[in-house]
Amino acid sequence: VAAPATSRVIAVELNGEQVELEVPARRLLVHFLRDDLGLTGTHIGCDTGNCGACTVHLNGEPVKSCMLLAVQADGARVTTVEGLAPDGELTPLQTSFNEHHALQCGYCTPGMLMSASALLERNPRPSEEDVRLALQGNICRCTGYVNIVEAVLATGGSR
Amino acid sequence: VLLREVEYARPATVEEAVSLLAGYDGARALAGGQTLLNVMKARAAAPDVLVDLADLDDLRTIGFTADGLLEVGAMVTYTQLVGSSEVEVARPILAEVAETIADVQVRNRGTVGGNVCVADPTNHLPPLLVALDARFTIRGQESERTVSADEFFLGVYLTAVGEGELLTKVAVPPSSGAGDGFSGLTVGKHGTYVANAAATVSDAGVRVVLGCVDAVPVRATALEERLAAGDLSEDAVRAAAEGLGETLDPPSDAHGSGEFRRHLAEVSAVRAVLQAASRRKG
Repeated sequence: VAAPATSRVIAVELNGEQVELEVPARRLLVHFLRDDLGLTGTHIGCDTGNCGACTVHLNGEPVKSCMLLAVQADGARVTTVEGLAPDGELTPLQTSFNEHHALQCGYCTPGMLMSASALLERNPRPSEEDVRLALQGNICRCTGYVNIVEAVLATGGSR
Repeated sequence: VLLREVEYARPATVEEAVSLLAGYDGARALAGGQTLLNVMKARAAAPDVLVDLADLDDLRTIGFTADGLLEVGAMVTYTQLVGSSEVEVARPILAEVAETIADVQVRNRGTVGGNVCVADPTNHLPPLLVALDARFTIRGQESERTVSADEFFLGVYLTAVGEGELLTKVAVPPSSGAGDGFSGLTVGKHGTYVANAAATVSDAGVRVVLGCVDAVPVRATALEERLAAGDLSEDAVRAAAEGLGETLDPPSDAHGSGEFRRHLAEVSAVRAVLQAASRRKG
C-alpha cells in the first residue's frame, strides 16, 4: 500500500498532451490549471462549487475544477476551454456564442462553453429544456441566459 | 482557496482502503468530494489523511444480489444511477431523485456513498433509503456487517460507519409492484431541501419518512398506521396526515422556520404518499 503523502506526481492527459508534475495534495485542480500550468481560461467565480465558471471536462464529463483536488485527476483526461479550439479556430459552439451575443462580461463563458459542449457531445440536438438543465450548474451574473441558451440551441440545429 | 495541508493516498483495493482508514489518525474517505472539499475549504472539517476511493472499481458497480436486491456500490455517481437500466427496472425512484440533485457537474462526481455518509439532514438519499428499507454494507478490517436504514443514520453527519470502516454497498429491495413517491420544497429548482418526504406503498403497507425535520430521517409511524387500513384516496391521506406537523420539532434556519417546516413536512408527506399510491401496481 502506497503510504499517504502530502504531494503526488500526477500524470494527466491535458488538452491532448501528456503532463506529468508533482503537486501538493491540498491543491485544487483549478489552481493546478491556472497557477501551475498557466491555463487561465478556466475561471474561479465562487470557489464553493456554486457558479460553474471553473467547469472542465474530466474524462469527457463536465465537473467543477474547484471541487476536485489536482491529485484526484491523476490518470485522467482533462479538457479545459483552451482545449476546445487548440488550433485557434473557433468551434461551431464558440462561433455561435459570438453570433448570438451570448456573453456580456464573459466571466462565466468558459464554464458555459464546457457545460454546453459536453451536452452537445452526448445530445447533438438538445431541446431548450435539455439546454437549460445542462447549464443549471453555471451561473451568469450578467443574467444573460437567454442568448446563451439560444447560442447552444443554434449550434445543435434546433433553432 | 488554500486548503489546510493534508496527506493523500489512493488505495487500489477495498482492503487497502480500510487498512489506511484504520491505520492513520484523522484519516477520512474521499469519494466524489462534492461535500467534503467544500467543508475542508470552510475549515469545518480538517482531515489529516484523505483516502481517495477513486480506484475501487468494485464500488462503482450496480447489480443484483443472490437474493434479488438491487445493489449499488458506494462510489456509484448520481449520473450513473440516472443512466442505469438496473435501477430503471428495479427501483426507478432512485434515478428520479438522483436526477434532481444539484446540477450536472455535481451529479458527475457526487456518489451514493458520499450522500449517505455525509448524513446531512437535508440530503436527498437518506429519507428515500429509509423509506425503501435499504441495507448498508460496512467493511471493517476484521469483518463486514450489514445494517438496516433505521440503524444507519445516527445523527447530523453521523452514521453507523465507524472509525476505520468503509461503507461499500447499499442494497434496496426491487419494487415488486410497490409504488414510490418523493416530494418536498427546495430552495430553487434542484437546490437544498427545506423539507421533504419519501413514501412507499406496497403489500406490506405504507412507509413514510420525513427529511430535514430532525438530525436523522424520521419515520412517520403514526401516519403509516392510520394509512394501514388501505384507503389511499386524497381525502383519506390528507385526513390521516393532519396533525403530523405538530408531532415534529424541526429546526429553524435561514431557509425556513420550524413552524414552516412542520407545515411543509405534512404537505410533503401527503404528496409523497399520493404519488406512491398512484404508482403502485397490482
